[in-house]
Amino acid sequence: MIPTLLTMLPADDSTWITFDIPSLMQNFWSATFDGLTFGSIYALVALGYTLVYGVLNLINFAHSEVFIMGCYGVFFTLSYLGFGPSAPNLSVGAIIANLLLALVVAICASALTAFLLERLAYRPLRKRNAPRLVFLITAIGASFTIQYTIFAVRGPNPEPALTMFKSNPIFEVFGTFIYDQQLIIVIAAVIMMVITERFISKSRTGRGIRAVAQDPDTATLMGVNKEKIIITTFVIGGILAGAAALFYVMKIPSGVQYNGGFILGIKAFAAAVLGGIGNVRGALLGGLLLGLIGNYGQILLGNSQWTDVVAFLVLVLVLLVRPEGILGTSLGRSKA
Amino acid sequence: MYRKKVMTTLAAAATLGMLMAGCANQAAPESSSSAGGGGSTAVNIPALTSIETPKDAVLPAGDGKATCAATTTLAYIGAETGANAQLGINIFNGVQLAIDQHNKANAGCQVQFKKFDTEGDPNKATGPVTQATKEAGIIGVVGLPFSGESKATGNIFEQQKLVHITPAATNPTLTDNGWTTFFRGLGNDAVQGPAAAKFITGKLGAKKVYLVQDDSDYGIGLGKTTSDGLGSALIGTDKVTTGQKDFSATISKIMNSKADAVFYSGYYAEGAPFDQQLVAKGFTGTFIGPDGLKDDQFIKQAGDASSNAFFTCPCIPGELIPTFESAYKAANNMEPGTYSIEGYDAATVLLAGIDAGNQDRAKLLSWVKSYDKDGLSKHYKWNDKGELQAPTVYGYKVENGKIVPIGAIGE
Repeated sequence: MIPTLLTMLPADDSTWITFDIPSLMQNFWSATFDGLTFGSIYALVALGYTLVYGVLNLINFAHSEVFIMGCYGVFFTLSYLGFGPSAPNLSVGAIIANLLLALVVAICASALTAFLLERLAYRPLRKRNAPRLVFLITAIGASFTIQYTIFAVRGPNPEPALTMFKSNPIFEVFGTFIYDQQLIIVIAAVIMMVITERFISKSRTGRGIRAVAQDPDTATLMGVNKEKIIITTFVIGGILAGAAALFYVMKIPSGVQYNGGFILGIKAFAAAVLGGIGNVRGALLGGLLLGLIGNYGQILLGNSQWTDVVAFLVLVLVLLVRPEGILGTSLGRSKA
Repeated sequence: MYRKKVMTTLAAAATLGMLMAGCANQAAPESSSSAGGGGSTAVNIPALTSIETPKDAVLPAGDGKATCAATTTLAYIGAETGANAQLGINIFNGVQLAIDQHNKANAGCQVQFKKFDTEGDPNKATGPVTQATKEAGIIGVVGLPFSGESKATGNIFEQQKLVHITPAATNPTLTDNGWTTFFRGLGNDAVQGPAAAKFITGKLGAKKVYLVQDDSDYGIGLGKTTSDGLGSALIGTDKVTTGQKDFSATISKIMNSKADAVFYSGYYAEGAPFDQQLVAKGFTGTFIGPDGLKDDQFIKQAGDASSNAFFTCPCIPGELIPTFESAYKAANNMEPGTYSIEGYDAATVLLAGIDAGNQDRAKLLSWVKSYDKDGLSKHYKWNDKGELQAPTVYGYKVENGKIVPIGAIGE
């Protein structure tokens, strides 16, 4: 089938697609480590989509803006603390302290955005028993509103770069350097996700979240405060997005821009669907997979235009076989 | 219970990892400074401090005796917002300056100025262009700045016989469409690409060049002419997309190829984070970009990494033309940017036409067609396709966080 497909496409003077397999072999490990790093960021954002979907059956398209507000939180905090385009001349302890402060601010900014979003955009609709489609349109509207409000205030250009620290290789695996930045992002993201997973499966609030996801009416009858659970879910999503924001700016110092969350949001949403939307572990798996596929695709095909095609092709193929995503169970039924 | 144990172990391992990361970071300063030293092997080309301007350059003020109808309007169509808005802002500030100087000197001819925003996006450009061509008062246009949007809208101008001078679009094929209303106020990429290639392998002394291009008409066109010029020095090519932020896959290919120079064919919105991530991964060679990268935004977004950057540009360093520089600065409270002088000169050509009595679309079009005079930046005379007859390409570099010209290249 593939040869037929190949001949179907019009060819100009250059070949339209090439498979650079030696290059993939050569760059396999560095692509893997980079893919895992970015995949962790996808996964953290994907969790926000998954949790809200699990509880409300709502695709919260404004979650990408919850994330970008976190990025602005990081930007303003670190600019205020004197960080700039150049790597700061500070001791490790001071850098860690500054980054932790930025993390707290980012988490607050994102959580607050998520909170307000729920209160101002979704709760009034829920009170009036609005149909599902209205929620979806509202989510898209809220996304644009936040995006263009930022645009009006901060303008079209990305904010100046913020270098948190100079990234250095720390050790070598399979002939490829692992950078401290990669390690910090992956480890911290995984820790946060494990904590979230534990929280949802073990704590009292977590049990409430699962109960509401499973059957909101019965949960309410059993004494679960549904509104409180919903707002908690949004805030948890916000907290994770805030953390993702810090790691994102760490990796891409000039990524703070009014529409900077848009594409990442779509990818994270795709990651959530890939892993099984509504499933906490699925978000992690989906995020990491999407990060890896994207990087392998870029190296194999030498063209980013194909990267997204490959990533979404994989998504479609997975959904053909498993319509519920790889791990597929919903939040309510997740056993841990 | 067992599960709990696993979790604790995991957490402990993770904390250990974080600590290791911290330690490595601490040990870094010495090693990083030596790595930085390796990077400074790049050739040192001194900055240019002055350029020659034509003595009898046509200026917007004219003789001060012009008269024209109050509806006479020139327009700028191009990016005012969007990711690459800064280039557009540079241009219309230049146009605005020319019109202000003209109107101040000519009480009898107050030319109006209108701006139409395309966001630099080919998909959004047709609307504003159609709108502009329908306004009867608009008899000449400066724009569109980018190649993609120029390609998408050239036919509309052609149908309405509205003359437009692009101050920035450099894709060579734009003049192959048979348009009679399209004029290019600078050299195209068929000139810039080979000049850039010559500059990289000649003055910059690079032996192994890696070329990365984006998916815009501009990036693809320039990528092709540059790679043709590079010949055997080109060791690899990779393609990225506009809007991309993470370039790690491309970067690992470059690091493995041991390239000593990277040419990025595209705009600063992607070029800047790309250079920054490249340097963060330990790249010590030079980074070269075309006019689409040559903007202060590049330095802001690439940070420290930008000190390895050189630029090629068919644009003239307007900041070295004292009269223009001081007037621009007074009006806009900033230095002229890339293409400010080209915008100013393009507007001057049109204003001179209006002052000479060419006050409808047909007359202004034939005025530009037969124009043969010096502007502040260069001589303006177009061939029948709309290309300038004697374009020049300049080299620029980053010095102390500023972009400075280093002289004409490719000759």
